[in-house]
Amino acid sequence: MKQYTDFFKSHRQIINQSSHSLLNHHREKAFDSFSEKGFPVCGSEDYQHTDIPKWLEPDFGFYIGHRGTSGNPGKLYPCNVPGLSSYSYFVINGYFYPHEVKKELPQGVFSGSLNSFAENHPELFSKYYNRLAEQKGAGLSAFNTMFVQDGYVLYIPKNIVINDPIQLTDIADTNRDSLINRRILIILESGAEAKLLVCDHAAENESVSASTQVAELFIGENASFDFYELEESSKKNIRLTSNFVRQASSSRVVINNITLDNGITRNNYEIDLDGENAETHLYGLAIVDEKQRVDNFTLINHNTAHCRSNELFKYILDHEAVGAFGGKITVAQGARKTQAYQNNRNLSGSKNCRMFSKPQLIIHADDVKCSHGMTTGQLDETALFYLQSRGIPKSEAVFLLKYAFTNDVIQGVRIDSLKERLKMLIEKRFKGELIRCRGCF
Amino acid sequence: MLTIKNLHASITGKEILKGINLQINKGEVHAIMGPNGSGKSTLSEVLAGNPSFEVTKGSATFEGRDLLEMLPEERSCLGLFLSFQYPVEIPGVSMINFMRTAINEHRKRKKQEPLSAGDFLKFMREKQAVVEMDKSLVNRSVNEGFSGGEKKRNEIFQMAMLEPRLAILDETDSGLDIDALRIVANGVNKLKTPDNATIVITHYQRLLDYIKPDIVHVLYEGQIVKTGGPDLALELEEKGYDWLK
Repeated sequence: MKQYTDFFKSHRQIINQSSHSLLNHHREKAFDSFSEKGFPVCGSEDYQHTDIPKWLEPDFGFYIGHRGTSGNPGKLYPCNVPGLSSYSYFVINGYFYPHEVKKELPQGVFSGSLNSFAENHPELFSKYYNRLAEQKGAGLSAFNTMFVQDGYVLYIPKNIVINDPIQLTDIADTNRDSLINRRILIILESGAEAKLLVCDHAAENESVSASTQVAELFIGENASFDFYELEESSKKNIRLTSNFVRQASSSRVVINNITLDNGITRNNYEIDLDGENAETHLYGLAIVDEKQRVDNFTLINHNTAHCRSNELFKYILDHEAVGAFGGKITVAQGARKTQAYQNNRNLSGSKNCRMFSKPQLIIHADDVKCSHGMTTGQLDETALFYLQSRGIPKSEAVFLLKYAFTNDVIQGVRIDSLKERLKMLIEKRFKGELIRCRGCF
Repeated sequence: MLTIKNLHASITGKEILKGINLQINKGEVHAIMGPNGSGKSTLSEVLAGNPSFEVTKGSATFEGRDLLEMLPEERSCLGLFLSFQYPVEIPGVSMINFMRTAINEHRKRKKQEPLSAGDFLKFMREKQAVVEMDKSLVNRSVNEGFSGGEKKRNEIFQMAMLEPRLAILDETDSGLDIDALRIVANGVNKLKTPDNATIVITHYQRLLDYIKPDIVHVLYEGQIVKTGGPDLALELEEKGYDWLK
């Protein structure tokens, strides 16, 4: 940890030089916060199985001051969900990559780099940037704020509806071990609607990349937002994300996080249902084998009455993979008529994989409907035999059942072309054909 | 077609089958009757290759090959079919995908090209008609949310699709109302040819009014204690099983 605070102190000028002053403005306070909190300690309540201090102990080089890249990512990484979107954006090593999009977004909408947003909309930037991360985030969010150089912003003014999904491709492509920090800021004013897919990729090379992501989502009254995140990185990747969502009344949010290929992943979601009748659907799927690790931690706060949340996380583990799920739901005093459902289902394919699951419901109100359920087990032997008895070889039967297991998470996707693409990617993943997403590399 | 000699089988150390001998030739319909717990379902599961059961002694030869050496999928592709007493629900696997995979595996073993999507759908529609199966069922997940009758009908539909040499119907009549029973039995009869054979496992004579057996066996405490013609089934219906003990 000391290496990072030392680096911050000695490289302030370099850290600041390519970012907007409004971004830099937050660094000092974040430094104080990080100095005090540090990285979350392994073994502390919400980090039982994730050792961030250990993983970030090696001296990673920072990816700082490298604005822009040499190649055109649209050509280097032509697509990953082809036909999905006319609105396609790239963030490379934490920096937004400026390029022309095929189709113009409606007037008033901003979709672009964090620094340009600070430049063009300073009031909005100051109002929203780092508000949730500072208030709710742990040391990891403060760390991101200290070093972050750029990122992506989507701002949609009142009542504007964007039907086509927007796609953001994150690429880690460095030729030496690097630590990348990126930021996502989403602001939907009342009545606005949009769907965003974030694909997280790593280029095929020998270096290790660690990335921290802080996403802040402000979803206004009656607004609707879908946030899909698909990680297809590499065994050498460390991904640490902190996602904060604040929902106003009658807003609707769908979050679906899919880990298809990775190294070490920790995703934090904290969702605050602040206005009545807000609704949130939170899905997750992790397919892990070899020595991959995925730890998803979710916290849904029902702060007011008449809100609904529905949560489903599924893990399919094999070899020596490790999965962890922490699902906390709080229902505040007075949050009557809350409906909160949580489910975690895990499939283990070997004796050596491990799954840790911790559902928590903390209820301070009467007249609520809440439930949680968790199962971890092997494939159903009777179903396997049934399929085999019809002539399907065991390996194919195992594939069919694993694939079927992912179905209800995929059904949570509300973009048809993405749903189809995911089915194909999941099939390839199980059949060992997916080393990289072939469309991209 | 199928020759079983002195077959012994157990589950979790408990012996259920205690020396079964049975000869089934092509074109024949055999009924196996017997009280609860006599080993009827165990026999059918052992023949289909359920790994939960352990064969401790004896042999079973099917189409000239050692049946007990084969994997369940190999037995299926060789022409053995079990209609399950309790068909398994498999959420997330569609009937179409399931049957298409199965059919193409059968074809692969016969060194045939996979069926095209169009040919497959046409073939499936033909076979659905055999059991008067609701068209919407094939778009659903395997047996998920099917009624008891729909599940049994689905078993016979799969049998029609896979065109087995030997079909074992394990209590296909249980849970069926009279109309469904007639439809299922008609389906089985339509699939009957001089070259294939059927084993009907049942508690009751009723199913045998529709599917006429050539030979009736009584299974009791893991052994076949009596074998006779169709009249034996009527006699059992009248007297129960007690007189055989």
